[in-house]
Amino acid sequence: MTAEPVHEVVLTVNGVARAVRVPARRLLSDVLRHDLRLTGTHVGCEHGVCGACTVVVDGEPVRSCLTFAVMVDGAEVTTVEGLAGPDGDLSPVQQAFRECHGLQCGFCTPGFLLLTRDLLARDPDPSDDEIAEALGGNLCRCTGYVNIVRSVRRAAELAGEGP
Amino acid sequence: MKPASFVYHRPADVTTAARMLAELGEDAKVLAGGQSLIPLMNFRLAAPEHLVDINHLGLDTITMDDGEMVVGATVRHARLLRDPDVAAVHPLVAEATGWIAHAVIRNRGTVCGSLAHGDPAAELPAVLALLDGSLEVVAWRAGRLATRRVAAADLFVGPLETSLDRDELAVAARFPLLGARTGWALDELARRKGDYALAGVALTVTVDPGGEPVAGRAAYLSCAPVPVVMDLSPAVAGGADLYDLVAGALDPTDDIHATGAYRRHLAATLTVRAVPTALARARETAEVPA
Repeated sequence: MTAEPVHEVVLTVNGVARAVRVPARRLLSDVLRHDLRLTGTHVGCEHGVCGACTVVVDGEPVRSCLTFAVMVDGAEVTTVEGLAGPDGDLSPVQQAFRECHGLQCGFCTPGFLLLTRDLLARDPDPSDDEIAEALGGNLCRCTGYVNIVRSVRRAAELAGEGP
Repeated sequence: MKPASFVYHRPADVTTAARMLAELGEDAKVLAGGQSLIPLMNFRLAAPEHLVDINHLGLDTITMDDGEMVVGATVRHARLLRDPDVAAVHPLVAEATGWIAHAVIRNRGTVCGSLAHGDPAAELPAVLALLDGSLEVVAWRAGRLATRRVAAADLFVGPLETSLDRDELAVAARFPLLGARTGWALDELARRKGDYALAGVALTVTVDPGGEPVAGRAAYLSCAPVPVVMDLSPAVAGGADLYDLVAGALDPTDDIHATGAYRRHLAATLTVRAVPTALARARETAEVPA
């Protein structure tokens, strides 16, 4: 058996240029977790249902488990590790999830944090229906979602107050 | 799970992509948004030896041509939802897009990919069938780029099966605009928002200048191996009972999600609920008092 061909993939991850050499079949989720050791992105179902692996690619949230890294060569990627400030200060979205108990086990949390950040960037004051539409594709098996929705509303408040 | 190994190709123009598909033959698949293909590969239900990535062919355009909205092969669902021009030009297609999966999937999934995938539970195949739309496809044949249009009626052959040949590449979907004095409505029911619908309908109603309904047409999803197109005119414009007309014409099968009888009842009920919406919209465009 011949060696699997590898591709050079360059990504800007949380503002830092990173280059990896990976086979074409390497999922973006695995590049982040295995090659770049950014294990904040979680892999649940690995077929696009649970949303735990959601990251932001060129300004749009995507399922990193349904993306081959080679497809997004040159892209800017934001993961959950990119949310907090350089001193570890929580972002408004993270702060809100903490205050409102928007997580229990935390497995789904990276996906929800990035979706919330994207939602509030597009709509600083979403209705409950808009929150449900934006987050409805992600699964949480602990919270029953009530505190997640509360966290999103709180994040909108915190973001409105400014730093 | 992880996908099997494959050779990745990234052509930079349509002709090169078509030549690649011709040369690689049976072992190649087209990769656009990947939101259906990559799950199948992660499960190893699909293990193509070659993937031809068509995301760099300049096919991300929406244009108007000959009374049709022409959506290029790499236009994402999300764009149809967000683009105010699409909402103005073809509100039926824009609204249908909102029913597709979830927002994050719509950021990557493509219109043409959904049509070429041919899932009978998907919204866009039913919409293309309702509108008598078509798919523009190219292939490298006898040393040149051959182009053809495949009408929706000829495109969908069975579940996840279309009449496209393995070397053919869908480059655009053509959605005819609604005719004069024609309104539309869509409805579907899924157990959870974003899941595949147990049944769904896309329909149009056309009125005469006086606002009286003269024709109706519907397409059903999740009711048969392919979208089912039905003439609703006998009920919308004649004396037939709408529920009975629809229920009598559909024969969905039982599966683990619902019985065939339930799907039939659901499809007919959704139709009865949706027709008044389409009629009201038709009258709005005809500027007739409701």
